[in-house]
Amino acid sequence: MTVLRVADLRVTFRDATVPAVRGMDLAVDRGEVHAVVGESGCGKTTTALALLGLLPPGTEVAGSVRLHGKELVGRSDAELARVRGRDIAMVFADPSSALTPVRTVGDQIAETIRIHQGASRAAARARAVRLLDLVGIPDPARRARAYPHELSGGMRQRVMIAMAVANDPAVIVADEPTAALDGTVRAQVLQVLRAAGEATGAAIVLITHDLGVAAEIADRVTVMYAGRPVESGPVEEVYARPRMPYTIGLLQAVPRLDGRPPFGPAVPGPRRPVLVPIDGVPPQRPGPGCSFSPRCPISGPRCAEEEPGPRPVPGADGHTVACLQDVADPAAVYPPPDPGPEPAVDRVERPVVLEVSGLVRHHVRRGAGPLRRRRDTVRAVDGVDFTVRRGETLALVGESGCGKTTTLLEILRLRAPQAGRITVLGHDTAALDRATRRALRRDVQAVFQDPLASLDPLMRVAEIVAEPLLAHGHRRRDVGGPVRELLAMVGLPAELAWRHPGALSGGQRQRVAIARALALRPRLLLLDEPVSALDVSVQAGICNLLTRLQDRLGLTCLLVTHDLAVARHVADRIAVMYLGRIVELGDVRGVCRDPAHPYTRALLSAVPVPDPARARRRPRAVLPGDPPDPAAPPPGCRFRPRCPRYRTLEAGRARRCEEEEPRSTEVAPGRYAACHYPETTSP
Amino acid sequence: MAGFLVRRSLHGAVLVALAASLTYLLAASALRPRAHFEQRNPRPPAAVVDAELTALNLNDRTPLLRRYAVWAGGVLRGDFGRTLAGEPVAPELWRRALVSLRLLAVGTVLGAVLGVLAGAYAAARRHRPADRLITVGSFAVLSTPVFVLAVLLQLGAERINQITGVRIFEWAGEYTPGAAEGALGRLRHLVLPTLTVVLVQAAVFGRYQRHLMLDVLDADFVRTAMARGLTRRQALVRHGLRTALVPTATYFAYTFGFVLLGAMFTEKIFGWHGMGEWLIDSVHRGDVNAVAAVALLAAVLVLLAGAAADIAHAILDPRVRAGR
Ligand SMILES: Nc1ncnc2c1ncn2[C@@H]1O[C@H](COP(=O)(O)OP(=O)(O)O)[C@@H](O)[C@H]1O
Ligand code: SF4
Ligand code: SF4
Ligand SMILES: [Mg+2]
Repeated sequence: MTVLRVADLRVTFRDATVPAVRGMDLAVDRGEVHAVVGESGCGKTTTALALLGLLPPGTEVAGSVRLHGKELVGRSDAELARVRGRDIAMVFADPSSALTPVRTVGDQIAETIRIHQGASRAAARARAVRLLDLVGIPDPARRARAYPHELSGGMRQRVMIAMAVANDPAVIVADEPTAALDGTVRAQVLQVLRAAGEATGAAIVLITHDLGVAAEIADRVTVMYAGRPVESGPVEEVYARPRMPYTIGLLQAVPRLDGRPPFGPAVPGPRRPVLVPIDGVPPQRPGPGCSFSPRCPISGPRCAEEEPGPRPVPGADGHTVACLQDVADPAAVYPPPDPGPEPAVDRVERPVVLEVSGLVRHHVRRGAGPLRRRRDTVRAVDGVDFTVRRGETLALVGESGCGKTTTLLEILRLRAPQAGRITVLGHDTAALDRATRRALRRDVQAVFQDPLASLDPLMRVAEIVAEPLLAHGHRRRDVGGPVRELLAMVGLPAELAWRHPGALSGGQRQRVAIARALALRPRLLLLDEPVSALDVSVQAGICNLLTRLQDRLGLTCLLVTHDLAVARHVADRIAVMYLGRIVELGDVRGVCRDPAHPYTRALLSAVPVPDPARARRRPRAVLPGDPPDPAAPPPGCRFRPRCPRYRTLEAGRARRCEEEEPRSTEVAPGRYAACHYPETTSP
Repeated sequence: MAGFLVRRSLHGAVLVALAASLTYLLAASALRPRAHFEQRNPRPPAAVVDAELTALNLNDRTPLLRRYAVWAGGVLRGDFGRTLAGEPVAPELWRRALVSLRLLAVGTVLGAVLGVLAGAYAAARRHRPADRLITVGSFAVLSTPVFVLAVLLQLGAERINQITGVRIFEWAGEYTPGAAEGALGRLRHLVLPTLTVVLVQAAVFGRYQRHLMLDVLDADFVRTAMARGLTRRQALVRHGLRTALVPTATYFAYTFGFVLLGAMFTEKIFGWHGMGEWLIDSVHRGDVNAVAAVALLAAVLVLLAGAAADIAHAILDPRVRAGR
């Protein structure tokens, strides 16, 4: 039974010339999880807001949204308010801003109940506490009296879910419910969301840019592009036999932990797996033809003239596609990317470029009062050791707050650390004189997550890339050639050289940032979440660029990322951090295949698998709890409060975890783990 | 917490002492009380003037630091010295402070409340006629000097009195001397000055609140509140305004500290003998002790206002409470 039917929905914002949503269709059945996926800006959020009538005043909405057969488009705010929160509820993307900061969370849930059920304050409060319990918040009575800022991100998102199910709605719209959360917490929240849907029989419209998340919990999926649905169907069918080149591109662009492409033959041997990016960006103002045709590798002459509407795929029940051509083999649509040269394997012989040992960085945290008294010490980095050899990439992974970026920034400072030692290209950073430090600054360059924040908006691309050259004594008339070369090397067309960063897409900006970092031919490149802010289609291109640069220039990289699948595609070795320490370190393929540390296993199992069949088959080991406060690491093994293995140990063996901090030991050749009872790697 | 309060009070005491001392030194070296005594008719002999000045600790032939020491010693004992007329400063200071408070308390509070409402309403109606009207109105008030505004109001009141033939409005002083008019008469004297204060205060707070409210209009939590089943208006009032009130309330607590001093023009024009008027007159006469006393009170008030603002902030915003 269809509870929600959207037909030909069109949304135009006030003062916008082009509609943001141009004919969205969606049919959601009772109890079903229906995912809506697509790149950012394709109109997902706008669609979600339109369903509940939450668009800003002055927005034009046309078409039809029927909930239980009742039309919602065109109703007044007061009429819609009676439906919102009762029949159709919403979970928003960013839990840190979606709750009123000055009211307790219990109060806000109770308000939801009181608006629609007219319950007494006490009864609504009591129900709020039960709802908090339902979504798995420990000590719900106390937490109900907490203010939003007193809860972690995962807790806040649970609160949002509790609020959404408070009145047993028929439909829950969840807009990127896990985008702002860490891996292990994301897995928990997805589970809670699905459980909440099952408990109440509500249909869930899950809006996400993450194809892995959709594969994990959706029954059906609708792919959106430029404000329209371009493919829709049962999630297994669409992921296994996609018909629309855009869907195929998205699926091939997602980094995967197993490194296997979604269709076609696997890349043989020890090569790093290559992703398939989609060139270009979504159109600002779609032309008369297929809106994907500028980026489509198989676009034909008809495609530029006629905008295809959704049509059923013959022989596949409920699968529709909006494409003028019949794609039989998804693997044949995009030209296979160049896998690059075979990587050299003789790691041990190569010289060490970066050596970090016993690195410590503690921050003093101060109170918010006027006197800013010292409250406690955050042990952001608390004894970290690793080496990176020439031509290899080491990925530092872990949940937010575990000390990844602090480690990178400590290296970039090129100064004496609080404790421990950093050796860059043979120089101890504690013993550098000015001239050597200056010379070393050329050799160590960095690229950060947000390219817009790190590029001067008033400079042109060519000036940005030339800046480090000029600063290091090149003459202005000599830099033209190198700048052109650098732009070509990072895959930017020469005509972009005269643009300002504001006029570039996210991926292009990140390429500019990389070109600038490469201008001085550095020998060590530090990358802090370089692809996290980008869409998968673009992310794939940057990942490929990074691997290609390593192969071509023999560059040594330290890559900080929270995304293990990205690390799998870009890095050679991987170091997993937890609470300021490295808990596992080894070759990236091996670590992803057989993790030795229980935390690594938990992180890996939290990575959404963009393959519905496998995502459902694999055992789900959701790690409980939140990443702990780095100000107060527990005694013994720091991971113990969340460790699933510790809980299975008999008392005698468990005591070791409680009392003794595990030290990093070599559990297999080239593999180090800091656990008393590591999982057996290869036999 | 106790330690925090003690430290904060010490901190405050030092600041007050510094501010008051500096004002005293400045006033004592720049003002010329001697002129006041010399101008009398017949002109008194120099020795007499000197003796009178010395008796009031105002003689500019006594070294500045010695005068300061005498003054500071007195202040520490609660003695603020005497005015040029030879009256003790302290009782006059309190009397004047109460007059100012009576004149301004109602207008300040009422103006702030009206301003908040108008500002919030204007923000919710962003760019529509109501918003434009409120914006133009508040800019008109803000760009009119207070004394012009007061005179305009007086002219308007005059007209109303003429038309109705009854003296509805009064605007000279706090009460009509000699007349037995009771509470109602005092109220009649209060209307026009209060209106002046309300207008100015509402214009300031209206601007401020509109700006704060615009920030929360598109806030995620307002959208969440709507998603719960509130209409846009309810969500804006219960969640948006509630959140956007935190800075306003803090600001209000802070400005209330200045209320006693901030209304020189209003007092002058309406003939209320409050603190502001006293300060101006004292500077004019060269009454060093009175000026220093007002400055001291001002410093204390500023400090208390700061504390009040912090407390208001902590009460209204749980995020601040947690930080302590
Ligand atoms: N409040 C707004 N006013 C004008 N344009 C908007 C507004 N919100 C979103 N848009 C535009 O609508 C398009 C779709 O945006 P959105 O629905 O947020 O996409 P998605 O959620 O898929 O990332 C984008 O081009 C975006 O810039
Ligand atoms: S209609 Fe043409 S351009 Fe559009 S996706 Fe299909 S083949 Fe590509
Ligand atoms: S040492 Fe013990 S608690 Fe720590 S990770 Fe290993 S098994 Fe778990
Ligand atoms: Mg969105």
